[in-house]
Amino acid sequence: MRDVAIVAFAQTDHRRRTDELSEVEMVMPVLHQVLDATGLRARDIGFTCSGSSDYLAGRAFSFTMALDGVGAHPPISESHVEMDGAWALYEAWVKIQTGEADTALVYSYGKSSPGEVRDVLTRQLDPYYVGPLWPDSVALAALQAQALIDAGDTDEAALAAIATRSRAAAADNPHAQIAGPVPAGEYVVQPLRTGDCPPIGDGAAAVILAAGDTARALCPRPAWIRGIDHRIEPHSLGVRRLTESPSTRLAAEHAGVFERPVDTAELHAPFTSQEVVLRKALGLDGSVTVNPSGGALAANPVMAAGLIRLGEAAARIHRGESDRALAHATSGPCLQQNLVAVLEGESAHA
Amino acid sequence: MPDVLSAPLVVEFPFTRSLGPVQSAFLTGLRERTVLGVRTGDGKVLVPPVEYDPVTAEELRELTEVATTGTVTAWAWNPAPRRDQPLATPFGWVLVKLDGADTALLHVLDAPGPEAVNTGMRVRIRWAPQRTGAITDIACFEPYDGEATAESTPHSGEFADPITGIVTPARLDYTYTPGRAQSAYLNALAEQRIVGERCLSCRKVYVPPRGACPTCGVATAEQVEVGPRGTVTTYCIVNIKAKNAMNDAIEVPYVYAHIALDGAGLALHGRIGGIPYDQVRMGLRVEPVWTEGGRHPDHYRPTGEPDAAYDAYKELL
Ligand SMILES: [Zn+2]
Repeated sequence: MRDVAIVAFAQTDHRRRTDELSEVEMVMPVLHQVLDATGLRARDIGFTCSGSSDYLAGRAFSFTMALDGVGAHPPISESHVEMDGAWALYEAWVKIQTGEADTALVYSYGKSSPGEVRDVLTRQLDPYYVGPLWPDSVALAALQAQALIDAGDTDEAALAAIATRSRAAAADNPHAQIAGPVPAGEYVVQPLRTGDCPPIGDGAAAVILAAGDTARALCPRPAWIRGIDHRIEPHSLGVRRLTESPSTRLAAEHAGVFERPVDTAELHAPFTSQEVVLRKALGLDGSVTVNPSGGALAANPVMAAGLIRLGEAAARIHRGESDRALAHATSGPCLQQNLVAVLEGESAHA
Repeated sequence: MPDVLSAPLVVEFPFTRSLGPVQSAFLTGLRERTVLGVRTGDGKVLVPPVEYDPVTAEELRELTEVATTGTVTAWAWNPAPRRDQPLATPFGWVLVKLDGADTALLHVLDAPGPEAVNTGMRVRIRWAPQRTGAITDIACFEPYDGEATAESTPHSGEFADPITGIVTPARLDYTYTPGRAQSAYLNALAEQRIVGERCLSCRKVYVPPRGACPTCGVATAEQVEVGPRGTVTTYCIVNIKAKNAMNDAIEVPYVYAHIALDGAGLALHGRIGGIPYDQVRMGLRVEPVWTEGGRHPDHYRPTGEPDAAYDAYKELL
């Protein structure tokens, strides 16, 4: 296996609306930031991969227009996933493993403000038995939350405490959409209140991956990807045990999470109740700093929020604030698909 | 910063999907008020039934009938129903394990309030009065005061006039905003001006502008008025009447062309009028024709100038 690291990360300030920006106009600044941070130009990049969904803004082929922001002509080696950018990062990591590239630019963006994201996300569900009922994203998360409460894994007060802790942490994150004291609010779908749900908004993120000595040349302290894996649950909710996440557990085992303790975990848990499931699956105790960025409860640009978890974890390693961090991304209803990566700073390995 | 434009946008499709044999039997069964599950190799009954085992990937075909009563295994209370959801009044989302099944089905529960719902409560299907072979043939579940019934019973899955496909309408509503560059372009068009944007790195002028230079990957920051006259760089003759309101009034054949407006770095699309279709040619000089209140040129017509030399537009083909 080649040693591959995240060497640069940038994200937009996440906002409820960005009416004055097209998607490419929103993405371009973060692309320039990661290129500037490494001194690379677009033509130096070996592979480019993006993650987004046209359904969010209702704009067909938006990902091809967003590619304008890269400077993709003359044609570059490029790919796209209709998924969170964390999976674009996974594809780029595989591409570097094949030896066909030494560097990769990964970006993702989500503009939820033009549509109703709760309804948009119903269109990713089983179209035969589930989609016709239009169960929105909060409804499905609420089913999982109530199952956790019934199982004695949490209660509404504990969920509110997760929300409070996340938004307090976000006070130090200049990109967060909401931070500081946020009221628990009314039920959106009981037992989840507005405070248990992520903010809806627009944003983008980008990272640069590099292999071996290239990474060392581009970044004083690269965040080495020691392991990365993703796994998925059966698609039928009624087949799953909603209080557990075997796919997260398995991905973490394959990524090597349990070989040594991590000091930091960036978890992609858009709903407070999902953090409860993830903590159990990953065996995280009080010694681990969870979501120092505020996590998806502070900013949840759909399709970018998972990549941002990898970027936030890497940035803490770049800054010397973490030596070994776990990053997690999710996709689909009730944590259906989960990606786990372990990132390390070089000194931790010496 | 120009005025930011916005407009309502509806994306709507009637998705037509074919069904596999198990899905077909299940949905046809719902039409006949019969709920079918499928038995896995280890004897579990999956409801709703799937075609392949979620654990072993084994093909599943052994159908079995389960009860129309069951037990809630998970729930949530929706105080504010959304447009296309099954009930218009506040309701519960429920996972229901029907009697005789080993897995749960997602649906909704008609109950007076969240205090009337709990995990373990007994419920039964309320059938829709009109059934077509769809998951919505179950109108909802309702509370039911009765013990769990017995085992499932084998079923052939055969019905008269089986459903082999479903049509699921899907509508999503948006408020579309085109962003900075395209808003500026559209605002200028409303004043019958065509304004592109120049890349400050390679100097190319993009019309219409999309906000970024795809060669340089930077914002196209300088606004440049182009045209109004231009040159036909290439064209085609349209012989089939398009079925949409925009083109209904246009008689075929007509010419659709690439037009390089004077000062633009690439050609845009437009219809050519005011000249017989078989006299349009590469190099023809044209100008836009605006209609009263139109937000874009209706078509382009010949200016009467001599044709442009090929060398003048060959880089814009
Ligand atoms: Zn340029």
